[in-house]
Amino acid sequence: MQRILNNPDFVVDEFVQGLVKVHGDILSLTENSRVVKSAHMRPDCVGVVTGGGSGHEPAFVGYVGENLCDAVAIGEIFSSPTAAAFLDAFRAADRGKGVACLYGNYSGDNMNVKMAAKMAAKEGIEVKTVVANDDVPSAPKDQPENRRGVAGEILMWKVGGAKAAGGAPLGEVIAAAQKAIDNCRSVGIGLTPCTLPAVGHPNFEVKLGTMEVGIGHHGEPGIEICQLEKAGDMAKRMVDVVVPDYPFVSGDEVVVLISGLGATPVMELYVLYDEVERLLSGQGIRVHRSYVGNYFTSLEMMGVTLTVMKLDDELKTLIDTPCRSVGMKQK
Amino acid sequence: MAFQNSKGKPVLLRMVAAIQENKAYLSEIDGLIGDGDHGMNMNKGFTVFGERIAARGISFTVGLSALGELLLGEIGGSMGPIYGAVFTGMGEAGGRFEEIGTAEIAAMLDAGLRELCDIVDAKVGDKTLVDTISPAMDALRKAEAEGAGLADALEQMKAAADAGCQSTKELVAKYGRSSRLGERSRGVLDAGAVSCAVLLNAMADGILEMGV
Repeated sequence: MQRILNNPDFVVDEFVQGLVKVHGDILSLTENSRVVKSAHMRPDCVGVVTGGGSGHEPAFVGYVGENLCDAVAIGEIFSSPTAAAFLDAFRAADRGKGVACLYGNYSGDNMNVKMAAKMAAKEGIEVKTVVANDDVPSAPKDQPENRRGVAGEILMWKVGGAKAAGGAPLGEVIAAAQKAIDNCRSVGIGLTPCTLPAVGHPNFEVKLGTMEVGIGHHGEPGIEICQLEKAGDMAKRMVDVVVPDYPFVSGDEVVVLISGLGATPVMELYVLYDEVERLLSGQGIRVHRSYVGNYFTSLEMMGVTLTVMKLDDELKTLIDTPCRSVGMKQK
Repeated sequence: MAFQNSKGKPVLLRMVAAIQENKAYLSEIDGLIGDGDHGMNMNKGFTVFGERIAARGISFTVGLSALGELLLGEIGGSMGPIYGAVFTGMGEAGGRFEEIGTAEIAAMLDAGLRELCDIVDAKVGDKTLVDTISPAMDALRKAEAEGAGLADALEQMKAAADAGCQSTKELVAKYGRSSRLGERSRGVLDAGAVSCAVLLNAMADGILEMGV
């Protein structure tokens, strides 16, 4: 394992310490070492909270900032934060207007958020949730409750954060974030596995010369293992998963988010984007805004995710709202 | 046929010891269809709890609440909230009891199960710890209705928990991370069902050893 580590058991704490030293103008520590909040929270707004396991950097903490999330609960690598961390994040974000907790559909996160929301209710903090489920290959279309949340979460935070910062009440923030994720579809392709520092070896395999279509953010099995293809064929395969599922149709305006999984050269992400954009525009689907980079990773996995979100007038305004965080800066 | 709540600390220590003794076994089972860290995570939480109460005089129910809060506060993933919900529920429901007999332990486990059901949608047959705790609860209720003494009730609860736990072997996982494996999850016990059986047995044995 060729990695930069001290004691692997403390890697998350050490990461958070370093991060806040660098980005003290964006992020503040709290009394809970696994909760980080925005250094610039507007008064009188609904609080926006997220949380999840570590290893996906810059997610989740990288989307805390102006017009994005207000606080985040940070878990061990690939493991849900504790209920107490979610509760402390709710407390950090609440300004008396309630809290929108926007997170991904994983059983540990679901349980810890539910437990934390119950505890928050006893303190008089109202918490409502939106559970991201944008990953198409993780379950059939008629079982949306079984689909995982992946990079579409970033667009959900972008929309929910902008709506909350605009002064909207909790119900409207939740409705906008729910619409954002309902309008998102994602798919991933994995080219290599990843290694948890404390384990020291990969716990799944992607054979050299092959790729796994539909792989999850923690190496969850995909829908097909096939020979490694050229970027153009990969793009077609990914577009053919997301476009018919929603379905996106001619005349639609969309956001495209292409994220590397950690170890794929950023150059190659742009190669893929060029192909994806060509395929979408060929179907009459217009890209209004695009994001390409390492937005939501899986340690040092090689591979990529494609997320497409359909826009309406409200979503377009909220996606175009300026924001400032470690993972996303937009003027 | 009851025990003093205020003197129930040995029961808690029995539960801690049971998890420590089964650490490797639980991780081994979890490794077959999960990520293999169940024994390690449970051991971490229960060992810290054991250290914190070692020098304290603590009642059975105050201890259960403290254990639940520790799991909720310091153990993330799935096991923190699952057992955190069960033990805080049991501790809260039992706090008013000076003596704990069949009716009291049944009421406590019932409250723990209700807290659990608030956060998980798993039902009997989904290959989770619900397959252990739900029949254990049914056995306690039946024993209570039949007027059984605490010792008999606990023996019936143990038998039901063990049978429920063993039933997960032939089930296909329908809830939690292993549910994504479908048929591949058949033929293996569910790690959470096993740790739940270990804990219910240890709790019952700890109470029985107090001479009820």
